Amino acid sequence: MSKPIVATTSLAGCFGCHMSILDIDEKILDLIELVEFNKSPIDDIKTFTKKCDIGLIEGGCCNSENIHVLKDFRKNCKILVSVGECAIMGGLPALRNGIPIKECLDEAYINGPSVQHNPKGIIPNDDELPMLLDRVYPCHEIVKIDYYLPGCPPRAELIWNALVALVTGDELKLPYEVVKFD
Amino acid sequence: MSTLVKFKIDGVECMAERGTYIVEAARENGIYIPTLCNIRGVKPRGSCRICTVLVNSRPMSACTTPVTDGMEIINDTPEINDTRKSIIEVLFVEGNHFCPSCEKSGNCELQALAYRFQMMVPRFPYIFPNKTVDASNPKIIKDHNRCILCKRCIRAIKTDDGKNVFAFKKRGMKLEIIIDPELGDNFTDELAQKAVEICPVGAILPREKGYQIPIGKRKYDQVVIGSDIEKK
Ligand code: SF4
Ligand code: SF4
Ligand code: FES
Repeated sequence: MSKPIVATTSLAGCFGCHMSILDIDEKILDLIELVEFNKSPIDDIKTFTKKCDIGLIEGGCCNSENIHVLKDFRKNCKILVSVGECAIMGGLPALRNGIPIKECLDEAYINGPSVQHNPKGIIPNDDELPMLLDRVYPCHEIVKIDYYLPGCPPRAELIWNALVALVTGDELKLPYEVVKFD
Repeated sequence: MSTLVKFKIDGVECMAERGTYIVEAARENGIYIPTLCNIRGVKPRGSCRICTVLVNSRPMSACTTPVTDGMEIINDTPEINDTRKSIIEVLFVEGNHFCPSCEKSGNCELQALAYRFQMMVPRFPYIFPNKTVDASNPKIIKDHNRCILCKRCIRAIKTDDGKNVFAFKKRGMKLEIIIDPELGDNFTDELAQKAVEICPVGAILPREKGYQIPIGKRKYDQVVIGSDIEKK
């Protein structure tokens, strides 16, 4: 029987959740025995080359590209999992949700203390650049999400337990210490 | 003359002093009923409804209802616990709870209840309300983003001559807690510290302190809220 296929992506996240996947240490060897990876920053496959069983989503949606990628994942994966606080509730990027978009851009490109040289006060705006959304959206407000793994990042053990449970069909083990929001 | 009354919680025979609130009576009998707005030893307010139980088949708040003889209380069922969980979820989406960056994380009662009920994601959409932080007081910071309006600070924090330091301002979705400017400016260190401790969430914070206990060693990192009561 062929191995279940896993895809992963980082939307508006910091790659911390991907780091936590790698944090399973030597179990990574078991992982590649257990599953095959497709589109993912871990193997650097950029586009889906086949339908996948499990999609792990890190980060929420802060721009048009995030939405595009998330919908692509929904189309190509049987099961989607929101991994981490940003995917689940927007996380730190969503701290901007109460601030008008113009103010955010002005702060980033014109007024911010780290702006070195922008005499014409240019705010980047090009068809090549993804459009910022009015606010940061949790993934499940954009597409249907099947499972949620909280944490910032989720403990490696939680991600591992969840993957094993999904692949084997066994019940997911959720010890108290591994389900945390920070 | 005995003032003890007999009652049942989930079919278990219990006894307590007449007039004891159900939450306290349950605790004395080693049964945990989750609470959030309740403070031991302060007149209950019954505002959060986390402690909802069925009393003779009717939903009641266990922190405001005294036990009576022969009372039949239902506490720990999937339905009741799901109602409690849904209240916690409402509190999460109604505020701006960024636990990863919150000073109270690991010691927060709201978060601890979410852990106890295994909230993986709230079933309601996030509101992301516009809220502010009031940093005008010399001893404490009041973060409205995380305030669950439980009134604990209003009820428990009083000056020596019995005046309230905290109060409600505005109505509905705009409701918030304010600090009396004059009384707040004259906070003693003890009273400021008490306010920080009385707040179940990270809405009242001490100045110039934070993140002092490492992750893994905080109150609810390893220990489920309520388990101290259940162990007895
Ligand atoms: S107050 Fe509690 S629930 Fe809210 S952000 Fe802080 S730790 Fe999380
Ligand atoms: S500040 Fe804290 S104690 Fe006061 S109402 Fe808000 S959550 Fe409750
Ligand atoms: S603890 Fe009883 S209503 Fe809040």
